[in-house]
Amino acid sequence: MQGNDNAYVEFEGVSKSFDGRTLVVENLDLSVKKGEFLTMLGPSGSGKTTCLMMLAGFETPTSGAIRIDGRSVHELPPRKRGIGMVFQNYALFPHMTVGRNLAFPLEVRGLDEAQCRERVARALRLVRLDGLEDRRPGQLSGGQQQRVAIARALVFEPELVLMDEPLGALDRRLREEMQYEIRRIHKSLGVTMVYVTHDQEEAMVMSDRIAVLRSGDVEQVAEPEVLYEEPERSFVARFIGENNRLHGRVRSVDGDICEVETGGQIVRALRVAPCRPGDATTLSIRPERVAVSPEAGLYTNELDAIIEDITFLGDHLRVRVNVCGRSDFIAKIPNIVGHGAMLVGDNVRIGWTPTDCRVLDPENEEEST
Amino acid sequence: MATAGTRERVGRFIYVGFCTAVFLFLIAPILVIVPLSFNAEPYFTFTEGMLRLDADAYSLRWYRQIVENEVWTRALVNSLVIGIASTVLATGLGTLAAMGLSSPAMPGRRWAMGLLISPMVTPVIIAAAGMFFFYSNLGLAQTHIGLILAHAALGTPFVVITVTATLSAFDTNLTRAAASLGAGPVRVFRRVQLPLIAPGVISGALFAFATSFDEVVVVLFMAAIEQRTIPRQMWAGIREQISPTILAVATFLIVFAVLLLFAVEWMRRRSAAR
Repeated sequence: MQGNDNAYVEFEGVSKSFDGRTLVVENLDLSVKKGEFLTMLGPSGSGKTTCLMMLAGFETPTSGAIRIDGRSVHELPPRKRGIGMVFQNYALFPHMTVGRNLAFPLEVRGLDEAQCRERVARALRLVRLDGLEDRRPGQLSGGQQQRVAIARALVFEPELVLMDEPLGALDRRLREEMQYEIRRIHKSLGVTMVYVTHDQEEAMVMSDRIAVLRSGDVEQVAEPEVLYEEPERSFVARFIGENNRLHGRVRSVDGDICEVETGGQIVRALRVAPCRPGDATTLSIRPERVAVSPEAGLYTNELDAIIEDITFLGDHLRVRVNVCGRSDFIAKIPNIVGHGAMLVGDNVRIGWTPTDCRVLDPENEEEST
Repeated sequence: MATAGTRERVGRFIYVGFCTAVFLFLIAPILVIVPLSFNAEPYFTFTEGMLRLDADAYSLRWYRQIVENEVWTRALVNSLVIGIASTVLATGLGTLAAMGLSSPAMPGRRWAMGLLISPMVTPVIIAAAGMFFFYSNLGLAQTHIGLILAHAALGTPFVVITVTATLSAFDTNLTRAAASLGAGPVRVFRRVQLPLIAPGVISGALFAFATSFDEVVVVLFMAAIEQRTIPRQMWAGIREQISPTILAVATFLIVFAVLLLFAVEWMRRRSAAR
């Protein structure tokens, strides 16, 4: 990852501590390709916003280096980094009109009145707010203010744009609309974007790649599909999408396939984390990969289960079963003819292929519930 | 029902009566000066003609005195010069201090704040005596500059307090946004911070000006004849020649103070409306 010619933004061994004792960011390596939309995804306290603030220059790393376009930015104040930034609360200047807000970075750069007006109009067209130059931020709706904030971060044509949970304050419908809007703008301009959010759905919709952060370090960086299909850490499996977890102990390892004992049953699963017989582990399997009452012999893993609950959700059903000593195991089955035969309390067989069930690092039980 | 209604009415009557009494107690000694200042006779009391509302019993002669008497015009000029100069100084320094004290990076903020506010809580007589001895050694006593500096020290706490209050509502992301857009610290201050904290700065400045304009104790210690301000001249007038000119000046000061208060209130509303 280091010295990658492709990397536009690089974090190398970056640590940050505010009080000199606890590390908010711990020895973090991350690289962002030019033109890429990378999302830092993590729960609150994972250090994602701190990383963004260090990249923007508002915080200084305690140790490690941050490079933009191969150049260390350690000595560079925020105003000289040429980074467009969108803040969670928009941070529009309330005493200036929309036009003046957008012209601000242009005036700083010494553009004359006519150039400013032209660039401002173009930026407003980009976010579909043409003709609102003379409004004040206070007269706009939340969604419009957000668009103005994005336009202001783009109007001076920076190569790198950072966004810190910019959609957090918007309602759900508007948020979804803005996700596509930001995605569209990113594609049309080809700028590099680093986006911070705690919303995994948002990250999935928008990103080229997602870096999942947990307590100051990157757990996994990958494309959304890979992150969902092939999580490498149990934290990632838990954080992205819905996921069944079974805690157990490795019995034997045969190439890529392990036998794991969980709740008194033996399960065959794909080895992802390095493990040896006797190691504790967490098995992870997506609900949609679990079959209820499959044809006999179709799956290598077949277990006895009791149906605890059935929820009808239109296109699919969520079946909660008791298996391997856990009663929170979910199977998602498509709404096809014949599901009506299932009843709560039935004894059924459930099954899945070993490669859909991943042997990950053990996570402690309390944390996982 | 009837008894409850009666009791309510009686209670209300007592309430309004009490409030009126308090109000009169506070304001009457000040208001009584206003008609007296139009007295045609050189007395501090209402003449019979005044009580009869006889137009001849009233005159503007004491107001004419202010304009014509060189002592008063000089006092007015002194008051304005010292007031405006010390206000400019106090506002500049107080605003800078408030901004520094609002930064989380500033060590010992509480102590520095306490020190800056102290002229407000120290008895003026002590501050004045201290300033007198200190300024005398520097050759600043009995000079305009000395008085300007002294009044600036007294006015600064008001600016620090009002600006700190407006800064507490200031969103630091705005300065970060301005910096990320390429603006240097001076531009960030002029274009983003100052316009937004202006109501606090202006009301602080008005308080600082009022402090200097009203101040008599420090002036008593520090001023020679040439530096006498209006309050100092009134002090002299009461002691030396009892003339209703003082009442005319007092009326003028009351009107001035009321206008200042209206200005402060207007600023406050403007910033609240934002």
